[in-house]
Amino acid sequence: MSAPLVEVSAISRSYAMRSGMFGRAAAVHAVDGVSLTIAKGETLGLVGESGSGKSTTGRIVLGLEPPDRGEVRFDGKPMAAPGTPAWRAQRARMQMIFQDPLGALDRRLPVAAQIREPLDIHGIGTPADREARVRELLRAVELTPAHDARYPGALSGGQRQRIVLARALATKPDFLVCDEPVSALDVSIQAQVVNLLCDLQAQLSLTLLFISHDLRVVRQISNVVAVMYLGRIVEIGSADDLFARPEHPYTQALVSASPAPGRRSAGRIVLAGDPPNPAARPQGCAFHPRCPRAIARCKSEVPALAAVGGDRQVACHLVTGAETRDAA
Amino acid sequence: MVTPLVSIQDLRVAFGGVSVLRGVDITLQQGEALGLVGESGSGKSVTWLAALGLLPRHAQISGSVRLEGREILGAPAAELDHVRGGRIAMIFQDPASALNPVLTIRRQLCEALALHRDLQGNAVKAEARRLLDLVGIPDAGRRLEAYPHEFSGGQVQRIMIAMALAGNPDVLIADEPTTALDATIQAQILELLSTVRREFGMAMVLISHDLGVVAENCDRVAVMYAGRIVEEAPANQLFADPVHPYAQGLIGALPPLDGPRRRLTAIPGTVPDPAKMPEGCAFAPRCALAAEPCGHAAPTLAPIANDRSVACIRAEASRRALLGIAAE
Repeated sequence: MSAPLVEVSAISRSYAMRSGMFGRAAAVHAVDGVSLTIAKGETLGLVGESGSGKSTTGRIVLGLEPPDRGEVRFDGKPMAAPGTPAWRAQRARMQMIFQDPLGALDRRLPVAAQIREPLDIHGIGTPADREARVRELLRAVELTPAHDARYPGALSGGQRQRIVLARALATKPDFLVCDEPVSALDVSIQAQVVNLLCDLQAQLSLTLLFISHDLRVVRQISNVVAVMYLGRIVEIGSADDLFARPEHPYTQALVSASPAPGRRSAGRIVLAGDPPNPAARPQGCAFHPRCPRAIARCKSEVPALAAVGGDRQVACHLVTGAETRDAA
Repeated sequence: MVTPLVSIQDLRVAFGGVSVLRGVDITLQQGEALGLVGESGSGKSVTWLAALGLLPRHAQISGSVRLEGREILGAPAAELDHVRGGRIAMIFQDPASALNPVLTIRRQLCEALALHRDLQGNAVKAEARRLLDLVGIPDAGRRLEAYPHEFSGGQVQRIMIAMALAGNPDVLIADEPTTALDATIQAQILELLSTVRREFGMAMVLISHDLGVVAENCDRVAVMYAGRIVEEAPANQLFADPVHPYAQGLIGALPPLDGPRRRLTAIPGTVPDPAKMPEGCAFAPRCALAAEPCGHAAPTLAPIANDRSVACIRAEASRRALLGIAAE
């Protein structure tokens, strides 16, 4: 395995949230002690439901917001302080794509100008070089130069996401954070963009952090997958193996809840209860109120993420048994 | 032959001269679960909004919609008021916007009950409570006095289902009922829908862009493209062996959750603009099988086997040839 490009160690981030207009401020632990490493040229998939902290993790990894605790190292070096020249240089090597391409584009600028903007900001190449690079990028995302004078409103959803991708690739980044990049697209267009991402990653040896709630898309693109629940990683392992043999009861429920053509819903695990509320995190294992197999220990003791053989790590008392006490 | 519960024939809808629904035929039998799949703009929702007279007045609608043999398209408002909610109920993707935020759940549920059932006084409230219990809202008696914002997204969808059941309908049209919900909550709502359907002996039309959801919850599936049905088949047959190139494309574009990874077969191009619909088959410009005759006339939905029909001259011919060989 190659050296890690991104090392995240025990990051936490909480926000103060008031309940109602005059209520007392309560801390919401959006991310709570998350550690990850992403090897160069690999893709780490981050899955979980809304409120699980996957997007916040992505933002911290990019340095868009600082962690309260813990550290992010990029290419062996800690993240530079925001706003400094070192930070700018680092930021040119890491880019992001979000779910809503129309929100990420300026509706009143032709798309070519928007793709060129990062090159202008980071002062890369002569104006002629930049024009050539824009044409090259449009080709790379399988659009024609005829698209360059168009405005975002004149493009389809899939084409807009390609423009966002072209712009993200303009500075030749090493690392790309994709937050639900295909969730707003129709299935046939989604497949086009997923294929394009896979191709570009192979050509440019990109490292990806791919955040999505869609298990199928995550499996398609990821080498390693981490499952988050209420701000913590509950299970992590290689993509194929994790979905074929989920160990954590939550991962099992997620995999089972993912509908598959050609399979009727018999035998599906349907979790009881509501989606978790990050402002009212249960004691012990955060999943225990919804867990069909919870035991007394789950209510009091937070399970630590522990290796269970191979490259799999699981945070569950039932899976790791007594060893967690020593590991924690 | 029994009269079908709902029979839609040659339903067409145009907005300002632009046709969005171009001749749809659907029959729905008592107690049957029909799935409607297709991408955005394919006409899945418009079909039912038109059938129930819910489209704005400037929509030009033609064709026939019969409920147990009785024409309801263009029926007087008084008759439609009885049909909507009383015979055919509909739930939508965004349940929160379907409820009035300043009225309690009790007021809104009782309003639906008063409209469709001959109940008075305490009987109304008791029935409202029973419905809320039925859809799995805990502590139903007290929760009746709560406002919509006090419920989670999954619970609001449960309340919408309760309201839909208030009129004891024969058909429930569920338009993307779980699209806005997290995976584990989606599983809960789908299970609830199948339970109430069984208990009430209700027919259901499940409109979804998610092939998996439709495959698991429906007996029969119709695939829509650009305002027409292009293939109709029993759910298991459609997903095991799609005939129309578009249906094949949709299924090939879905990343697998287990087994070996394969490159997704993306459908090239995008859905045609309704204002610039191509001559002949609307899918031909994106179709790998397209040949010269595809551009001449739009293919009609024709039976190819028991309970299966497809609107494609190429697939139809090849399938007929196959069947011919099989018969010898």
